[in-house]
Amino acid sequence: MRPSVVTAKAEDVLKDASMIKQKEMMAKHYERLSSAPETGAKVASTFVPGNLNELIMCFDLVNNLPEVNAIQSGLRKQSGSYIMEAERAGHSEDVCTYVKSDIGMMMKGNIGPNGKKLPDPDVLLLSYTGCFTFLKWFELLREQYKCPTIFLQTPYMADGKVTPNMVQYMVKQFKETVIPTLEEVSGVKFDIDRLREYLKKSAQAEDDLVYILETGKNKPSPIDAYFGGIYYIGPIFGAFRGTDDAIDYYKFLREEVDQRLLKGLGPVTPDGPMAEEKYRLVVEGPPNYTSFRQFWKMFYEEGATVVASSYTKVGGTYDYGFRHDPDRPLESLAEYCLGVYTNRSLPMRIDMLSDYINEYEADGLLINSIKSCNSFSAGQLLIMREVEKRTGKPAAFIETDLVDPRYFSAANVKNRLESYFQMVEQKRSGKGAAA
Amino acid sequence: MTEKTVSEIVERCQALYDDLNFTSAREWKAAVPGRKVISYMPVYVPRELIHAAGMLPLGIMGGGDNLEVIHGDAYYQSYICRIPRSTIELGVSGRVDFVDGMLFPSICDVIRNLSGMWKMLFPDVYSKYFDVPQTYKDEVGGVFYTGEMREFLEDLERIGGRKITDDDINASIAVYNENRKVMNELYALRAAEPWKAPASEAYLVMRAGLVLPVEEHTQLVRDYIAAASAATDRPMKDNSRVVLTGMFCEQPPLNLIKSLELSGCYIVEDDFVLVSRWLIGDVPTTGDPVHNLSQAFLHSSMSTAAKYEPNQEEKGQFLVRAVRDTGAEGVIFASTSFCDPALLDRPILQNVLKRADIPFIAFKYAENSGQMQPIREQAGTFVDSIKLWSAA
Ligand code: SF4
Ligand code: SF4
Repeated sequence: MRPSVVTAKAEDVLKDASMIKQKEMMAKHYERLSSAPETGAKVASTFVPGNLNELIMCFDLVNNLPEVNAIQSGLRKQSGSYIMEAERAGHSEDVCTYVKSDIGMMMKGNIGPNGKKLPDPDVLLLSYTGCFTFLKWFELLREQYKCPTIFLQTPYMADGKVTPNMVQYMVKQFKETVIPTLEEVSGVKFDIDRLREYLKKSAQAEDDLVYILETGKNKPSPIDAYFGGIYYIGPIFGAFRGTDDAIDYYKFLREEVDQRLLKGLGPVTPDGPMAEEKYRLVVEGPPNYTSFRQFWKMFYEEGATVVASSYTKVGGTYDYGFRHDPDRPLESLAEYCLGVYTNRSLPMRIDMLSDYINEYEADGLLINSIKSCNSFSAGQLLIMREVEKRTGKPAAFIETDLVDPRYFSAANVKNRLESYFQMVEQKRSGKGAAA
Repeated sequence: MTEKTVSEIVERCQALYDDLNFTSAREWKAAVPGRKVISYMPVYVPRELIHAAGMLPLGIMGGGDNLEVIHGDAYYQSYICRIPRSTIELGVSGRVDFVDGMLFPSICDVIRNLSGMWKMLFPDVYSKYFDVPQTYKDEVGGVFYTGEMREFLEDLERIGGRKITDDDINASIAVYNENRKVMNELYALRAAEPWKAPASEAYLVMRAGLVLPVEEHTQLVRDYIAAASAATDRPMKDNSRVVLTGMFCEQPPLNLIKSLELSGCYIVEDDFVLVSRWLIGDVPTTGDPVHNLSQAFLHSSMSTAAKYEPNQEEKGQFLVRAVRDTGAEGVIFASTSFCDPALLDRPILQNVLKRADIPFIAFKYAENSGQMQPIREQAGTFVDSIKLWSAA
């Protein structure tokens, strides 16, 4: 399965090889999904944080990620109408807009980003790592699809540590529920060596990803670790961890980034290479997708580069040392799920953001608070104050939404950002403390 | 012993409910040197373990509509429910400065994050996110849960400075079995003769159980049942019987419950203060108590939006059964604004009710909702439509 056909070569199109590669990978993946009814491929829907791509591949299942579909709908400006559709059907205006975008998309025929219908899932793999919303989301989908739903609970890392009880619990769930049900759904027998092989590949790509993300420590940073970061994490967080494609992708990307580093260049933006790096920021929280370009522009036009972000850790905190480990396959999957950003306690998040500010020598912290995501947002004001206190660097707070265009006010965001940059300037020239 | 009247009992409960300084718990603690108080938020924690440690479990259900939130609002954006901010308010204003520990049961992302905030704000006080299993196989969720409970017991032993034996826990289980039994009797009385034990009173009686020692509360509930059953001055009205659901976490203002009653509803079942009724039936009082508590949690406990339902056929049936068992004529979904679990669960439950031919309405509230008029009108219209249906 998963033949890897690389048409773009790093040396051919140096700057864009990784982009082209990712596009190809995504197109192929969506094609594989939409053609599942003809090819007979079985489909597992699952979530991004704490996903078990390597395990899913062991059963020849194709991975469908409703969050990624919601992001795609947001980027293509379709999420607004999907959300309205779901609200008309009785969903509250208060809840996570990913869910409503997904449900609305389903109600309108489930047309994926390639314009073709996405297949109904054969199994819902509820890997409950990110938030409680996941749990309800799949209960809602199960009601529609009436397919088997596997539940994998990841205990919350409330005390900042992984206890043996937590790991054992997860490993037991793998052995007693997750794996047997996946065998049943797919008709494929579980082969632990196959899993080991995928895990080994994952770790290889993960090494390169970490290298790339950490280039943000350079001045200027050759990458934007938030807006650009979204693209960088796509393959590893999505359907490609454990594949040769992902290994190639990160290899290309690493070469590109190294080139920029050598030349002392900043990140590439939609309007070309960034000019001067004036501000270095750490960003907490997911971005807004319905006005993604516009949002990004507000940063690069001011010379602001995001040198590190927490959002690029929702699918794994590899920079903190975690690697998928073929020698401890199930334990390693458990530890992976336990360690993702959304499963980390608030004090851990504060530590992480403060560390980033120091290690990446950032000018401050910016929080993009997402209206409909309690998992990220509840508590962010405390995070902001605490990080400010610890690092002595100014922090700012903006509010948008993920994929609901009604909650992106460009003028407000721009105002906030401008005054934030002023604050950073003042702080630098020692003219006054952060407001 | 002189018998207490309904109004005496309700007055006392009201005073406990209004007291945001938790005076009765403070007094309990002060009465004997070395006593400890462990508080918890909604929905469920095994209070038996705290009791077995000789400590007072103290339920904290937010600040209600009498608490002016001054500091708490600085911690949360406008689009997050009220209970975490009023709970923070209780904390930073020193109203719970006497508690020795705080538990954050696993209900949702807001409480999850609040547990970390509490650690930051009150680093010297024991605080614990109390995780529960969402998988219900003995060998999987059961083993995990007993592991979590044992860790918690060790913490309690450390805080209390003494060993907690199985006998201690079994004795506490018996005490809580008794308390649940009387709570269930209270609910049975209300379902049978709601005019005698209105929901607004039952609610206060229940709330008293969060701050009083359990033995005292059991007696209080008994007294109330005796007094309310004997009451002769409470005529039956032409109200409709409804089940109220969605109020498992942030509590409604008392006026909201009263308003629903005034609009013609007899509330015959609800999900208020679930900790008092969470386990269904008695937990055995012999053998391994932690195992027994875990079994009860896994296999016979209440159902809320905070729990995963593994069986599609079973989803929502808890609510349907509540309607059938109490002879209710409809369901009122009352959810806290911005409450993801309740609001995401609602469409699924509504579909289940539609299939079961059970009428429902839905509205949102906050613990500090002041305007009851719209809710009263909506509920009044609902009651009228129920009557029309049953007359047809
Ligand atoms: S609530 Fe937040 S973490 Fe959960 S699915 Fe929605 S966006 Fe993701
Ligand atoms: S009211 Fe709902 S969202 Fe708020 S803390 Fe409670 S369960 Fe969570």
